[in-house]
Amino acid sequence: MKKNNGFREPLTDTQLLMTITICIFIAMYGLAMIFLQGGFLHVQQVFDLLNDNASLIIVSCGLTIVMIGGGIDISVGAVTSLTVMSCVLYLNNGGSIFGSILLALGIGLAFGIIQGALISYLEIQPFIVTLAGMFFARGFTTILSVNPQKVDHEAFNKLRETKIEIDWLGYTAKNGTRIPGRMELGVIVALVIVVLVFILLQYFKPGREFYAIGGNQTSALMLGINVKRTRFLSYVICGLLSGISGYVFMMHTGAGNATNAAGMEMNAIASSIIGGTLLTGGVGNVAGTFFGTMTLTTIKKIVVASGLNDPWWQSITTGGMLCFFILLQSVVLSRREKKKKAS
Amino acid sequence: MQEDCLLKLRGIEKRFPGVRALHNVDFTLRKGEIHALMGENGAGKSTLIKLLTGVYSKDDGTIYVEGKEAHIHSPQDAQNNGISTVYQEITLCPNLTVAENIFIGRESNMVVKRKDYEKRTAEILSNLQIPARPRQQLGNCSLAVQQMVAIARAVDMQCKVLILDEPTSSLDDKEVNMLFKLMRDLKARGVGIIFVTHFLEQVYEVCDRITVLRNGELVGEYLTEDLPQVQLVSKMIGKELDELNTLSEKDDIVKEKGEVFYEAKGLSSSNALPFDFTIHKGEVNGFTGLLGSGRSESVRAIFGADKVNGGTVKIKGKQVQIDRPIQAMKNGIGYLSEDRKGDGIIAELSVRENIILALQVMNGFFKPISRSESEAFADEYIKALSIKTASRETPVGSLSGGNQQKVILARWLLTHPDYLILDEPTRGIDVGTKLEIQKLVLKLAEDGVSVTFISSEIEEMLRTCSRLIVMRDRHIVGELKGSELNQAQVMRTIAGGETKNEG
Repeated sequence: MKKNNGFREPLTDTQLLMTITICIFIAMYGLAMIFLQGGFLHVQQVFDLLNDNASLIIVSCGLTIVMIGGGIDISVGAVTSLTVMSCVLYLNNGGSIFGSILLALGIGLAFGIIQGALISYLEIQPFIVTLAGMFFARGFTTILSVNPQKVDHEAFNKLRETKIEIDWLGYTAKNGTRIPGRMELGVIVALVIVVLVFILLQYFKPGREFYAIGGNQTSALMLGINVKRTRFLSYVICGLLSGISGYVFMMHTGAGNATNAAGMEMNAIASSIIGGTLLTGGVGNVAGTFFGTMTLTTIKKIVVASGLNDPWWQSITTGGMLCFFILLQSVVLSRREKKKKAS
Repeated sequence: MQEDCLLKLRGIEKRFPGVRALHNVDFTLRKGEIHALMGENGAGKSTLIKLLTGVYSKDDGTIYVEGKEAHIHSPQDAQNNGISTVYQEITLCPNLTVAENIFIGRESNMVVKRKDYEKRTAEILSNLQIPARPRQQLGNCSLAVQQMVAIARAVDMQCKVLILDEPTSSLDDKEVNMLFKLMRDLKARGVGIIFVTHFLEQVYEVCDRITVLRNGELVGEYLTEDLPQVQLVSKMIGKELDELNTLSEKDDIVKEKGEVFYEAKGLSSSNALPFDFTIHKGEVNGFTGLLGSGRSESVRAIFGADKVNGGTVKIKGKQVQIDRPIQAMKNGIGYLSEDRKGDGIIAELSVRENIILALQVMNGFFKPISRSESEAFADEYIKALSIKTASRETPVGSLSGGNQQKVILARWLLTHPDYLILDEPTRGIDVGTKLEIQKLVLKLAEDGVSVTFISSEIEEMLRTCSRLIVMRDRHIVGELKGSELNQAQVMRTIAGGETKNEG
């Protein structure tokens, strides 16, 4: 078997877009280190980004799967919120940690299965179905409790306080005490999920089939793929990840609130797009999504660090960022198309 | 003989609401033969193929695969029975690699063995001499290669029956030859191939047997050498060929004496290089050239369908500006696009609504055409062009290709254009309708309408056009008229006439 001697296959669209995102993230972070310095010079800054956004990363992974399959799920933020509130109340009413984890997974799965079935088997528009799902989840959350609820559960709070401390990645504060790098357990969950979803998408049959149905649904059918089942599965996984995201969210905040994770679905969509997922389906990668989330949250940090403290600046930069990436994607892909035609 | 039968269809029936698509059709495919399935549009070829591939279910009749009765209800069933199909539109996923496209959907392993697939794909590709690389993204391959990858997939699935549905319509000659080589190769391996095409020459080049359908019924099965081309055509359209002959004996009516209707100088667009072009009242001219030579791009510039960059345009001697289709329409220009599905019909709307569309746009949306008026228009043109439709309210999408084309034609005729551009109006439609459209073009010209006619079939252009503009590599390389209008001369000009009228 001769190895193609030195010839490198051009990147696929997915790889190309992902590479762009990673490069931009590194460049952006590098610039922040040079010009803003401060916290950006400490590894803890990255840990903080991860700590604060572990649940967003998880949700974005789910959304990436759905978007690769050519769908959309805007219920993820609301399901996260519902999970948080349900688990808080469950724990406060004497539930066990194990039970609360099951509850979180159950809520996520239930939404995934119902929405997935409606979308795949009854062929209702995913936007409409998940919009309804979003209102349902938000409504249920408010029924459970209008007021914020703090977790009052000894074992859980202990688990919550557990942090992974990595001494050599820490820094020495001004008063001379050594502060180790601190990472929450939720981050581990998020990173494991990124890796698992990556493996699923790259090396497992259902993963590749998500790409196929997103690339061309009719073709996928003709190629012998069970399109309905595959699409159903993508929503189930996305729902399940929303449940996990809710649990991680609760581990981070330790309280439930009806407005938890407000707008998270939009941030997740933005993360996926910045990470190189096409809204039209068939192209995307969770590694890109991970860096997309990091890019999105880093830019918000940068905005704050630059002294623009008002919240609207974050929204405006996020908007600008999204536009920039979408433009970039379409330019890159259309140039590619032209090159192909010319050759 | 009988034991060689791969596929046997007996007494196949298929009905759609209001239409009987297939009635008592028999079809037999033997081992190692290439069998052409011929018929006009609406004859039932597509329906028959969709029954075999499990897209539709038959209402009656039996399908035998290698002597055993087979029940085919889904594309998967068809694959399990060894029946694979390669469609005109590529049914692969452009975002996946070549190797994945060959293996996806037919492996039961949960884990994707990428390396293994790529190695096997490399073998298959080199075996069939397909110029593609396993790890290449399919969307980056040319259409012909994509089609071949689809065939490679079918072959690797040990298919016994390979259905090729109009595989050549978007390929150029070289690519077609590559495809034929592959087909003969497969034939030698004992695969039975059902070949559907509108190109008669191609049928005679590769096929062993021909089955002709007409109006959903079987006309007959013939050995290719027993059925001369002329007879094949007459069997397909169900009438004798006198009409075709009278049409081809059209004398050289010189209509260029009429006033100049449209004149462009140095017209260019985002896709077309600058060119000069004139058409007289009541003249039929044509743009010819190979695929990609810029014929469509040029007429699109005339109609303002692409972004116009420069040049002056005069209509009846008056300078006008046309950079958007609506301006062209207001100046009496109609354009029937090459891409029937993309730019032309709106499949969900009814025949009536599609017909009145252009007129409605011309009138402006605040002056709606009344229902009774539009019904009258629709009925008039359905009759005039003999559009085969269940009713005027039938969605256009359910009509056959040729009839869809007639609907679009009706749409433009209704606006009573002075100048009509027809870009490949006869592509993918049957001989009978082709003939009708050609006759219609000549009749329009007699009534004083100028027509620009584009077709891939030079024969057809020679029959209808009194002047041919030849393009090569996006330049106009020649203009033929009168006695120069013959196939040899056109070929010579396409191949290497001296460049004139270059912008």
